[in-house]
Amino acid sequence: MKSFDAIAWLRKFGTTLFLALLMVFFACQNERFISLRNLTNILTEGSIYGIIAVGMTFVIMTAGVDLSVGSLLAFAGMAGALVAGLIGVDVPFSWIAAVTTAVFAGAAAGYLQGRAVTLLGIPPFIVTLGGMTIWRGATLILHDGAPISGFDRGFRWWGTGTIAHVPVPVALFALVAATGYIVQRYTRYGRHIYAVGGNPEAARLNGLNVSGVLTSVYVIVGVLSGLAGFLQSARLGAAEATAGTGYELRVIASVVIGGASLSGGRGGIGGTIVGALLIGVLTNGLVIMHVSSYWQQVVIGLIIVAAVAFDTFAKSRR
Amino acid sequence: MKSASVMSGPILEVRNFHKQFPGVKALDGVQLHVERGEVHALLGENGAGKSTLLKILSGAQAADQGEAFLDGCSLDPADTPLARQRLGLVTIYQEFNLLPFMSVAENLYLGREPTRRGLIDWKRMRAQARAVLSDLGLEVDPDREVRWLSLAQQQMVEIARAMTQSAKLIIMDEPTAALSSREVEVLHGVIRNLKERGVSLVYVTHRLQEVKQICDSFTVLRDGRFVTRGAVSDAEVGDLVRLMVGRDVEFVRRSRDTPAGGTVLSVKGICTDRDPGGRHVTALHDVSLDVRAGEVLGFAGLVGAGRTELARILFGADRCERGVCYLNGRELSPLGSPADAIEAGFALVPEDRKQQGCFLEQSVCRNLTLPSLRRIAFWRVFVNERRENELVEHYVQALGIKMAGPQVNIGTLSGGNQQKVLLARCMALNPTVMIVDEPTRGIDVGAKAEVHQLLCEMAARGVAVIVISSELPEVMALSDRIAVFREGRVNGVVPARDTSESALMDLMAVGRPAMPQPAPAA
Repeated sequence: MKSFDAIAWLRKFGTTLFLALLMVFFACQNERFISLRNLTNILTEGSIYGIIAVGMTFVIMTAGVDLSVGSLLAFAGMAGALVAGLIGVDVPFSWIAAVTTAVFAGAAAGYLQGRAVTLLGIPPFIVTLGGMTIWRGATLILHDGAPISGFDRGFRWWGTGTIAHVPVPVALFALVAATGYIVQRYTRYGRHIYAVGGNPEAARLNGLNVSGVLTSVYVIVGVLSGLAGFLQSARLGAAEATAGTGYELRVIASVVIGGASLSGGRGGIGGTIVGALLIGVLTNGLVIMHVSSYWQQVVIGLIIVAAVAFDTFAKSRR
Repeated sequence: MKSASVMSGPILEVRNFHKQFPGVKALDGVQLHVERGEVHALLGENGAGKSTLLKILSGAQAADQGEAFLDGCSLDPADTPLARQRLGLVTIYQEFNLLPFMSVAENLYLGREPTRRGLIDWKRMRAQARAVLSDLGLEVDPDREVRWLSLAQQQMVEIARAMTQSAKLIIMDEPTAALSSREVEVLHGVIRNLKERGVSLVYVTHRLQEVKQICDSFTVLRDGRFVTRGAVSDAEVGDLVRLMVGRDVEFVRRSRDTPAGGTVLSVKGICTDRDPGGRHVTALHDVSLDVRAGEVLGFAGLVGAGRTELARILFGADRCERGVCYLNGRELSPLGSPADAIEAGFALVPEDRKQQGCFLEQSVCRNLTLPSLRRIAFWRVFVNERRENELVEHYVQALGIKMAGPQVNIGTLSGGNQQKVLLARCMALNPTVMIVDEPTRGIDVGAKAEVHQLLCEMAARGVAVIVISSELPEVMALSDRIAVFREGRVNGVVPARDTSESALMDLMAVGRPAMPQPAPAA
């Protein structure tokens, strides 16, 4: 009775197929695209927002959204650099202070936003829209809008070094993604996220701590934004107040292209990784093809809409 | 389309409908014949094909094969629901299609607002709305926002909207499933009113008494096939059940030889304030009860008498102001949350299967094991999928849950099978007290009997089972004792063996004004 259902197959693997086709296309257009150096570049660039996208997947699975991740990245990165600066940015192991501060700043901000959603009952869109400007403003206040730079080699290693030829941010992204996948697939907590996103009332009646789960996903995405903020300053050699501008859109797009539903209960880390890679490849490929950055935005936007349109079409066709 | 309607012949004629879904033949040569001005009952168990037939008739889906005629004119299978409505065929689903933040009048004329020089003519819209509503004998303010209306009133707005579309045939899918008996009376009145004006109805219901009261003829479907058509006056309720199920089924009064054990749950002096904003608006006054191990305690009472309210408080889902409860002598109250209640040994199958019970987009497996995961997880963190599958396998077999496999979405199952999954979810918790709220609402006769059997088996194993039901025969067949609720109080606890339906009715209604009631006020 089991026949091959092309549309169901495409719905599952269409994004991956599209990613592969896109890579072949760019490789044919310009062989520089397929060079090891460029591919590494794509991965490193993608890793920063890919790490946040793992957390965002959990948030979106609970039918929420976090628009503040780009600002939070800048805020946490700046806070980390500032604390490292108190020790002396050129002091070896100052990065320990930086990464700890960045992660804690992200966690604290995420906790506040999560509590605003659960205790005050404000929609996540609004809370994090506020957060988006609050954290950006706070970043500017922290160091008067000026960048902090001059980190020592140990610090920079986190953004520019390699482990067995793999760039450190890529290795960290792989680690975060694998952890995220295990949490989502094999833990009770992962099931609880799906349940809360699918039907909060039923989740409560099944003994789940709904506000706890909701708060936790904002903490997770905050922690990962903090980590990404640290990596970004290590990579660029400076913590800048404008870091991560527009990342919220890339991150959300990665998750949505990866097949998650903004109304909750559906999505997964696997899809998100493909989505993040797709955006990375597309941005990079368009640059290599000398497409103007104005047009790049149009193309990426169109692809987001097309991905969701196809998913909706495939769903309606049951 | 012909413009003049043929004034003789059936209003609706369906011939030889076929519809295939992946893995299921939903309709297999179905026919339906509805005479002009009659109320026609469409009967069948869940999964018999009623919903599919309704969806095809409303234009939401197309049949693979077969043809249909409305008022003598062939219906185009490519019609959209809107096109069908324009032809005068209006379907009213269980879930209403109303916009909660718009007024009654706006809902009535949505998309067809009367205009004046291109702008909406509010004055005319209100006047027309008022006229339609009063024609139907409804006292609803056309300016009121729909979200403030009761379910019954919202249904009336749906009917009124059908009238504004000059419907010839209205299809109603289980219109009384969520109504109190008083509201059902009002609905029946409106249906008679519609009939007098020559509107025909197709009426889907699981309440067979209702078929006798309101319908003229019936069609029975079973397993996607047409079984028979007949006049209601020639058939008894038992005949209808036989036709639907293909065998004899009745509520088996269970044997009383298993003695109940000692008191497990003791509820003392539960009081709540009236919560006008909340979902459960009945205030409880000093409710006290004892429940024994191994007995089935029925909660009887009208809708809104406080049965569900008490169940939710026991389960920690709602707050109560005063009162205590003891489980096996240990004081529990106040139970802060359902999590505490489950921990203490309670399990609840909630009233509203879709809204409060199921995760419709998730698999049967995930729905079944959610609260039990803590027991089958390594270090309480990692789900042991092997043990999870064993658990699911065990209950699927024990309860006879019919489905393609444990990984299919629960939303694809019939109501009866969904309910069995929810029962299995509770049984897997090995509860001390199991509360089931309307366990057989909206499920077919065959599945009802199986659910009853399961509940009795639970009690026989020593679980204290509390059954809430609006169907008196069900409460009487299942329970050892029956607690009768009225207006937030327990009006009496009687042994089921020594009582009668009329005695219970008296307890339920004492102090209430005599029926019939005027149209429900807001």
